Amino acid sequence: MSTLITDSSRSNYLNAAYGIKSWLLTKDHKRIALLYLVAVSIFFSVGGLFAALIRLELLTPEGDMVQPDIYNRLFTMHGVIMIFFFLIPAIPAVLGNFILPLMVGAKDLAFPRINLASFYVYVVAGILGVWALINGGVDTGWTFYTPYSSMYSNTQVTLVAMAGFIAGFSSIMTAVNFIVTVHRMRAPGLTWFRMPLMVWALYATSIIIMLATPVLAITLVMLMLDHSLHIGIFDPAQGGDPVLFQHLFWFYSHPAVYIMILPAMGVISELVAAFSRKKVFGYTFVVYSSLSIAFLGFLVWGHHLFVSGQSVYAGAVFSILSMLVAIPSAVKVFNWTATLFQGSVSYQTPMLYALGFIGLFTIGGLTGVFLATMGLDTHVHDTYFVVAHFHYVMVGGTIMGYLGGLHYWWPKISGKLYPEFWAKISALLVFVGFNLTFFPQFIVGYLGMPRRYHAYPPEFQVFNVLSTAGASVLGLGYLLPIIYLTWSMRYGKKAPANPWGAVGLEWETASPPPTFNFDDDPVVEHEAYDYHHRPEEPRVA
Amino acid sequence: MSASAEAHSPELQHHFDSMEQQRSASTLGMWAFVAQELMFFGGLFTAYLVYRYLYPIGFELGSAQLDIKLGGFNTAVLLASSFTMAMAVWAAQTGKKKVLLWMLIATLALGAVFLGVKYVEYSAKIEHHLVPGYNFESDSPYAGQIKMFMALYFAMTGMHALHMVVGFGLLLFYIYHAAKGRYTPEYSHPIELFGLYWHFVDIVWIFLFPLLYLLGRA
Repeated sequence: MSTLITDSSRSNYLNAAYGIKSWLLTKDHKRIALLYLVAVSIFFSVGGLFAALIRLELLTPEGDMVQPDIYNRLFTMHGVIMIFFFLIPAIPAVLGNFILPLMVGAKDLAFPRINLASFYVYVVAGILGVWALINGGVDTGWTFYTPYSSMYSNTQVTLVAMAGFIAGFSSIMTAVNFIVTVHRMRAPGLTWFRMPLMVWALYATSIIIMLATPVLAITLVMLMLDHSLHIGIFDPAQGGDPVLFQHLFWFYSHPAVYIMILPAMGVISELVAAFSRKKVFGYTFVVYSSLSIAFLGFLVWGHHLFVSGQSVYAGAVFSILSMLVAIPSAVKVFNWTATLFQGSVSYQTPMLYALGFIGLFTIGGLTGVFLATMGLDTHVHDTYFVVAHFHYVMVGGTIMGYLGGLHYWWPKISGKLYPEFWAKISALLVFVGFNLTFFPQFIVGYLGMPRRYHAYPPEFQVFNVLSTAGASVLGLGYLLPIIYLTWSMRYGKKAPANPWGAVGLEWETASPPPTFNFDDDPVVEHEAYDYHHRPEEPRVA
Repeated sequence: MSASAEAHSPELQHHFDSMEQQRSASTLGMWAFVAQELMFFGGLFTAYLVYRYLYPIGFELGSAQLDIKLGGFNTAVLLASSFTMAMAVWAAQTGKKKVLLWMLIATLALGAVFLGVKYVEYSAKIEHHLVPGYNFESDSPYAGQIKMFMALYFAMTGMHALHMVVGFGLLLFYIYHAAKGRYTPEYSHPIELFGLYWHFVDIVWIFLFPLLYLLGRA
């Protein structure tokens, strides 16, 4: 395959057609992935801007930069945009969209038109969200807890809930597409247990999306009815039950955590195998760990309700079930580590992100076990300890996985190599900046600093200064890839078909791939990651 | 793979190898869609369950406000439409193009009757000041509970009616293409899949009718 060097005169998906229309109306999953890449990058920047404003306000203990009501809007919009418009679509809709059909040896996803529609549904939701933002935003926190959100908040609850509702349909469309593609479009010879772990992870994620997202959708419908018509479904003053809202909300929103992290775990499996040149240790276990995370994820939502008046018995059951999630998560971490053992490990940028992920996710996951114990949770509930915990999983996990995957597949996506030096610098900045931002929050949270306040006691200032300093470094780390990846699209060195010497169908076609992905329909004769059966291929990058 | 033995149907999309693969992919996609629909309505049914448990008396009083005759009539109408839809699927599979067309039109007509009756029912509720968030009034000591029942009644039947409207629109599309003779035994799955959707919406009503109109009614 390494002889298959990209020839610019060769027809590929990027030069197959030109003009704005050929992009905006494309049904090619690879082009749609790029549309998504642009869109999620925009939302990531907007969400990051809000984060920057939050960190600026928290630089000093006094509420000197913004008033409390503005601060409430800042952290709400940060959460809403990052979760619904970046973290959830990022890996599935950008990387998954691009790589899944290639990995299973298909010409496209099963429903290309639905794929394009999902993008526009996402855009409509995004425009609604931005429209709500311009009109004052929303101040309820991304969790929209009732009855504050339904009866008292006079901000744009209905508009933002509508945006979330619509965005949900976009992810459902993508999920259905992935499920059907995995079931029905695999190349001959690609049996279930020969599939790359990324495909398994996306498949498990899609099942969660398909079964959980509609519950959020109908919950948001009830919230919108409550907020706009005051019918009182969740209003205790009218006989409604606000805890019911929390049950319904978290029935989606806890599995949503796995919607965000599972695809990143899939990416890490690919990276660890490729940069250790070894089959992933315990492949079958890693497959089942994805499936069991998807399954267990549906049974743990009650750990968000430990202090909401849920019965102690329910709390105890949810507590135990939540701790069970640690088992499949640990299976993954141990198996990645075991894969590194005696591997031919190299430290290119994607691998740096993968190693970063393994460390940070472990911290995020272990603190999750702390929080699953009811006693400790009562103590640190709604403190910065919780903030630090989920940022370790979401930012240290999902975004690390996303960036690692983006660098790994960038030669395939763009046909160009990114500048390795700058990429390593930025990976380092992200790692250092991230830890500097969020590690102090574990301490300050444990000491009792509550989340969602614009002011705090002066003794917490040192931690907040560290955090804000870290956020600046982190911001720079995120800015760099936007610059050098864009630069490389035009000026980067041409990428060969398989710059990493990795195995997998996506590396057997040209970089960038032709419109229908493969010149000859691929046939799979080996299990995944069969490095031990292959001659060593050079790593070009 | 591309050297598929069967002649290329004009309906075969480029990224599928065969009509069989295309059909099985679309069918699985439709079932996945139905699965998410189930969870979507599931949220409403959960809310119903919780409030029915909390407010049994209010829910019985609320249920008594509904017109059981119109509800029963509509149930019969929907069941009949499911029959005509099933006939349409059979006609599509066996290539009876005329029967297909007329069965789709019959389904459309029955759907229209259902929505018409729903309109009559909703108008009566507006007239009797039973619409929460709009004009709800009641001097019953259980007014709050009745209001919760009515809120759920409108949310559940409204969401169901919305699905009927979507189905109505899709039916127009299929009728147009059936009239042009597009569906053949080789290419009948659009009709089969629409049939799945239609039956699903029908089944939702089969649960809504007893829960809202019948339960607790002496």
